[in-house]
Amino acid sequence: MNLDFTDDELAFRDEVRAFFAEHVPDSWLVRVRAGLRLEPDELIAYQKALAARGWGAPTWPVEYGGTGWSPAQIYIFESESARAGAPIQFHQGLELIGPIIFTYGSQALKDRYLPGIINADDWWCQGYSEPGAGSDLASLRTTAVRDGDHYVLNGQKMWTSYAQVASHMFVLARTSQEAKRQQGISLLLVDMKTPGISIRKIDTMDEKYSTNEVFLDDVRVPAGNVVGEEGRGWEYGKVLLDRERMVCSATALHLTQVLDGVREAARARLVGGVPLIETPAFSGQLAQIEIEAMALETMVLRLLADLAAGVSSGPRGSMVKLRWSDLYQRATGLWMEALGPEAAHFRALDGGGPDVMPYAMQGALYSRVTSIYGGSSEIQHNIIARRALGL
Amino acid sequence: MNFEYSDEQVMLADSADRLAAELWPSADRLGLLGNGEALVCRSWAMMAELGWLMLPIAEADGGLGGSAVDVMAIMERIGRHLVAVPYVASAVLVPALISGGGEQASAVMGAIAAGAARAAVGLLEAGGGYDQAHVALTARPEGGRWVLEGAKLHVEDGAGADWFVVTARTSGGVSERDGISLFLVPAGAPGLSVSRFRAIDYHHHARLTLNGVRDAVLIGEVGGALPQVELAVDRAICAHLAEAVGSMEAAHEATLEYLRTRKQFGVAIGTFQALQHRAVDMAVALEEARSMAYRATLSLGLAREERRRAVSAAKVRVGQCGLFVGRQAVQLHGGVGFSDELVISHHLKRQMMLDHAHGSAEHHLALFAALR
Repeated sequence: MNLDFTDDELAFRDEVRAFFAEHVPDSWLVRVRAGLRLEPDELIAYQKALAARGWGAPTWPVEYGGTGWSPAQIYIFESESARAGAPIQFHQGLELIGPIIFTYGSQALKDRYLPGIINADDWWCQGYSEPGAGSDLASLRTTAVRDGDHYVLNGQKMWTSYAQVASHMFVLARTSQEAKRQQGISLLLVDMKTPGISIRKIDTMDEKYSTNEVFLDDVRVPAGNVVGEEGRGWEYGKVLLDRERMVCSATALHLTQVLDGVREAARARLVGGVPLIETPAFSGQLAQIEIEAMALETMVLRLLADLAAGVSSGPRGSMVKLRWSDLYQRATGLWMEALGPEAAHFRALDGGGPDVMPYAMQGALYSRVTSIYGGSSEIQHNIIARRALGL
Repeated sequence: MNFEYSDEQVMLADSADRLAAELWPSADRLGLLGNGEALVCRSWAMMAELGWLMLPIAEADGGLGGSAVDVMAIMERIGRHLVAVPYVASAVLVPALISGGGEQASAVMGAIAAGAARAAVGLLEAGGGYDQAHVALTARPEGGRWVLEGAKLHVEDGAGADWFVVTARTSGGVSERDGISLFLVPAGAPGLSVSRFRAIDYHHHARLTLNGVRDAVLIGEVGGALPQVELAVDRAICAHLAEAVGSMEAAHEATLEYLRTRKQFGVAIGTFQALQHRAVDMAVALEEARSMAYRATLSLGLAREERRRAVSAAKVRVGQCGLFVGRQAVQLHGGVGFSDELVISHHLKRQMMLDHAHGSAEHHLALFAALR
């Protein structure tokens, strides 16, 4: 048992550190610390810089254009990224559809779509949830009916993040009615320019435009854009479960950025001439979160060590997601406390104002969705109880 | 980067598990505790025979020079079976404190290794909380000997000790980091009075009053003992963290088994979502605690500040998680969880005491914050 890195890993760390020193502008810092996504043009530029360095897809195998990095290298890359104030890479292409395409897709789909994900020439969004299909995704009703060389899509998708900028969408739709609801669902890759697609913004409590309703009205998709076999789309999600450890690890390792933001705010705010961070009550609350964040980071290290050893981590990927969303919410809550009266100044009505405005508050608001999306905390509890505890 | 025990460590853990299960079977626990001292003596003799008592002692001091991870492998199993022996005080803390401390220290460590003697450490005093630097007990030289005056409020696992190691002030004011020295005192020294207490977890502690004790032997240099005390206590804390993790694991497993088999309203109570989610929260707490215990133990070799951050953080989180798991294990067992006959309540009682040993979560939270 040891926590040491090898000489090669230490050399790799220096290399990664140098890259981040060059490619991370200061203007990103406050938004990254608040856990907010950068603007699409910024994320595209960042992804292109990584791709040019050969690091566009840190978790992918080399044969599909990935780095083939070891779990220790992924840990180093993500923790250095967090340290340098770099954002998390936009994940919908890289982590949600790319791995399904390279695992189950035809050669034609791999050739067409994988490079565009790595180089950020394409931007993907996810067409899974529907008005009546949230946590219970298998109740989805969007249909895809075969018509010659095409499928014709009809239905409505919900919570489709970044549909407003996406060039492509991956869609789960019903291609047949089967006795078991999970059967008869297919996965289709759709060009967002196809006629019949319309999107409507959903206003969210953080006042940051990120998500949409998407209406599919006789949208014709080439039959070759079905991933794998018709009717088996549901099963393909399994590959993501296996990869979940890496995705949630990267996210969790960036939690330190939020704590950097909290500490800076609490150092800057004086209460009776004393920095807030030195007052016992605040200091104790912050220490509690810092300690739990340290526990989370160590859980991530254990996940990655399991991955390196090729052994199962059981439900610990779900545990990391649970703990991370809770800590992100509490840390941004504490940040609000550190802002004090100024937390009430969300947007300047006549320009100006401190540079954390409105981002710190926006992060605190945005954090609420993190225990809802990607399997709510309650669903995660159900999953762990069933799969790991045998209840 | 690797969190696996080595093959040797797995063997050590397995043998600890067998011995602990045999000597401390949970089904007869209450009956066995009725004659606790006999059970402790029997366990102690077996542990000496298996070499566990000399394992943590440095090779230079005549021990096996086992690592903190070796100790952790044993302690997880001690926690699992709630083996109430003074292993951490006598075999981990004392040797770490008096290592390289001269002839008398060597003799004591030899006796500990052989199972012939037990020792314990008196650090804490009234009015000082858990602060190891708060030392009012004085030692002054007089006619070629040291004379010790003062009291130690709590000596963890000290009731059966043949030797005490105490901190004493040889210079400076109370709470000053400098001016603290270590002394080895035989339990029968004239002027030493020992009060003994049983705790709720059947560990036996002591309280010392030193009234002109002249049989004390100075260990190490005069006045500079605190860094060594801190390091030794950190090692003891890590052993306790592993014990807490082992106990949490056992309590959680027993609770899951109960949820699967206990029927109410015609179904196993584990089919109720409210109870399922609680069981998951216990599993998460266990994973957090294990992660922190490993991290702290692997940080023992780091520079002081980094080491103390990791150890205090782990002490906080393992304490909190241990109490959570212990309390929920009692809660989910319902009425029988409250009974003294079922081992579940004993796990909670041990977690409560482990949280206090060498500083509660509250205390270590403040230490951690002060290192920011």
